[in-house]
Amino acid sequence: MESKCKLSDLSVGSEGVVEEICEGARGALQLREMGILPGTRVQLVRVAPMGDPLEILVRGYHLSIRSAEAEQVLVKID
Amino acid sequence: MSTVLPQEKHELPGYEETQSSVYAFVGNPNCGKTTIFNSLTGLRQKVGNYPGVTVEKKMGEFFSQHGKPLKIIDLPGSYSLAARSPDEAILRDVLYGRRADTPRPGRVVCIVDASNLERNLYLVHQVFDLGLPTILVLNMMDIAAKSGLTIDVTGLEKRLGIPVIACEANTGKGLLELRIAMSRAEIPCPTYDWVSPKKVEMAIAEISDRLLEGGRHSKRVARAESLLLLTEQESIRVQGSSHIVPEVMEAVLRWESGWKREGYDWRGGIVAARYDAISELCRKIVKRQRLDGPSLSDRIDAVTVHPVWGWLILGGIMSVLFLSIFTLANYPMDLIDGWVSSLANWVKGVMPAGDLEGLVTDGIISGVGGIVIFLPQILILFFFIGLLESTGYMARAAFIMDRLMSRVGLNGKSFIPLLGSYACAIPGIMATRTIEEPKDRLVTILVAPLMSCSARLPVYLLLITALVPSDRVPVMTKVGLMVGMYFLGTAGAFAFAWLFKKFLLRGETPLMIMELPPYRVPSLKSVSLHMMERALLFLKRAGTIILGISIILWFLTTYPKTPDATTSTEAISQSFAGTMGKVMEPVIEPLGFDWRIGIGLISSFAAREVFVSAMAIIYSVDQEDDEDTQPFREALLKAAWPDGRPVFTPLVCLSLMVFYVFAMQCMSTIAVVKRETNGWKWPLFQTGYMTIAAYLASLFVYQGGLLLGF
Repeated sequence: MESKCKLSDLSVGSEGVVEEICEGARGALQLREMGILPGTRVQLVRVAPMGDPLEILVRGYHLSIRSAEAEQVLVKID
Repeated sequence: MSTVLPQEKHELPGYEETQSSVYAFVGNPNCGKTTIFNSLTGLRQKVGNYPGVTVEKKMGEFFSQHGKPLKIIDLPGSYSLAARSPDEAILRDVLYGRRADTPRPGRVVCIVDASNLERNLYLVHQVFDLGLPTILVLNMMDIAAKSGLTIDVTGLEKRLGIPVIACEANTGKGLLELRIAMSRAEIPCPTYDWVSPKKVEMAIAEISDRLLEGGRHSKRVARAESLLLLTEQESIRVQGSSHIVPEVMEAVLRWESGWKREGYDWRGGIVAARYDAISELCRKIVKRQRLDGPSLSDRIDAVTVHPVWGWLILGGIMSVLFLSIFTLANYPMDLIDGWVSSLANWVKGVMPAGDLEGLVTDGIISGVGGIVIFLPQILILFFFIGLLESTGYMARAAFIMDRLMSRVGLNGKSFIPLLGSYACAIPGIMATRTIEEPKDRLVTILVAPLMSCSARLPVYLLLITALVPSDRVPVMTKVGLMVGMYFLGTAGAFAFAWLFKKFLLRGETPLMIMELPPYRVPSLKSVSLHMMERALLFLKRAGTIILGISIILWFLTTYPKTPDATTSTEAISQSFAGTMGKVMEPVIEPLGFDWRIGIGLISSFAAREVFVSAMAIIYSVDQEDDEDTQPFREALLKAAWPDGRPVFTPLVCLSLMVFYVFAMQCMSTIAVVKRETNGWKWPLFQTGYMTIAAYLASLFVYQGGLLLGF
């Protein structure tokens, strides 16, 4: 079964494949340059103690982004 | 020599000619670039500034295997050549030869973290476009192996056409091979090629042509630059770099607006094409072995950013830091204290008594010595901050603190400069250069000096020792008071940051896209070098500003001489300094300060720590007749108002400490802020708001304390 959701809505520990990054989202280019592109596998590793930012695993490294930015990334859960 | 660029045209602008004896070190943040740079150059480094901009210029020298001197430019770390901050703009402009003040490096050493090859290769991929002779260093091979990665180094060499060196900078493995490779007379250029999206090819052809007409000599560089111009978004231009000619910009904008109408995401297309090429390369040369369970770094993170343990560990690290400043530093401080007083005694013995002897012993030696004694504490502080940075914990601290920082409109990245400001606001303010958003950077600069820096330590220490006798009160009370002062400064910084973001410099909440590098064992050499570099900076201040002020102060407290004065207290009250202090006494009396404290405030306007030497001079003058060796604390406790009330009551000490928490009192910070904000407006504003805040806070503490009956 396949379903789509925002990267920020992934549950901790689960992963998905990036489907698209919202056009014109703030930091969209920067997210891409850091390797978050359509087709890239991402995992939500954990959430910071105060609920934000999020720690994600992408291309074998750990990246911290805020949920506001993660909301702009749509992922497909397989 | 092995320059690839045809250099038939020289008359046009641009500084394209390369120098084959100049190497550029390029790499992502956290790739170990600086550790390798330090290992190769050791102390043969020059740290300066790129003229016109506020980016640190690090140059080093080392000798090739054949004894030939080679230069290395350690360029700022970045994830991409598409610049978002002045640091990144410098990286781009030096590599493109856009700066007259820096020779265009003829050779590049790209350093990548082998355990994170794909993302690290993105920047390298952009550098390859330039076609310069390049060496690729795969650093942290040990970490890569531990995370189950096997990298085919020879395969990579073949595919790229350049030397590739496996390296573990922390243990020194591979550094000799790097040195040998850098000593080669000829270094090949990358033969690697990739396909950019078809849709942008036409645009690249046109923009390249215009660049060539505008003065670029090499087709390859022109193509690379076109790609970069199309990728950059709200690109940063910095002073001192040559401009992009208008014809080129016109073409770029025309293509971009065409694509925008079509709804084609060209930037995403270019980035994706690069990553596709990199993934393809990595598939061929990297073997990934699935490891069971999370990595060590992951397991550490499970604790260090845990909702409960995370806070405890952050608090614990801060406590250890401050505790070690109090206890560890005592031994070297006693030693230095001994040296300073024996030096003063020796001078007193060999010099004839008189004005000159007074200048040397009471002015210079006691003034400068009073500051040098705090050097051990400053070293410990710098060492700790370097340690936190190089282990990777600093990023976790930013991760934990980001939410809190976002409450006042900043992001976790401001946390690092602010934490650095606990050691000294100057490096802290300089570290704000990594904050991309100009308004956030300015707010961080404005509040950074509120973080209690090491120069306040001597003042706090003096006042705490005056406040609580050490023989009767446990050391924890002192630590508690100290932590309280640090807390007050931190809270003040947050409050003012919120105020400024709310009313003065409104802007969008900044982005926070930050790598959490794997934990690593720090390189003691790098941490020590960093510590020494910062300490030297501090000593330079002690040597110049503080020496000057000590001499001026000695002069102000000694002249004009009153021959009929019977006591030295009388003499100092007749001096220039005494007059100044008395003039301002009515203003500071509501804070509980007398004219002698006024002298201290005036003289420490240039640098806070001068307050201590000022007090030392004022009271050693004061107490000269009694006993030379009398401890400083007792001298302070003896000080009294004309009616016999003691000056340094606990409440006054507290009021004074609170004053120093908020007051600017640092010439060097003002100078740095002036340079970082390119003008006098912000440093003057900053000095004004901090002085007013200091006065009001002090007034509140003293008057409130009096009302409560202290």
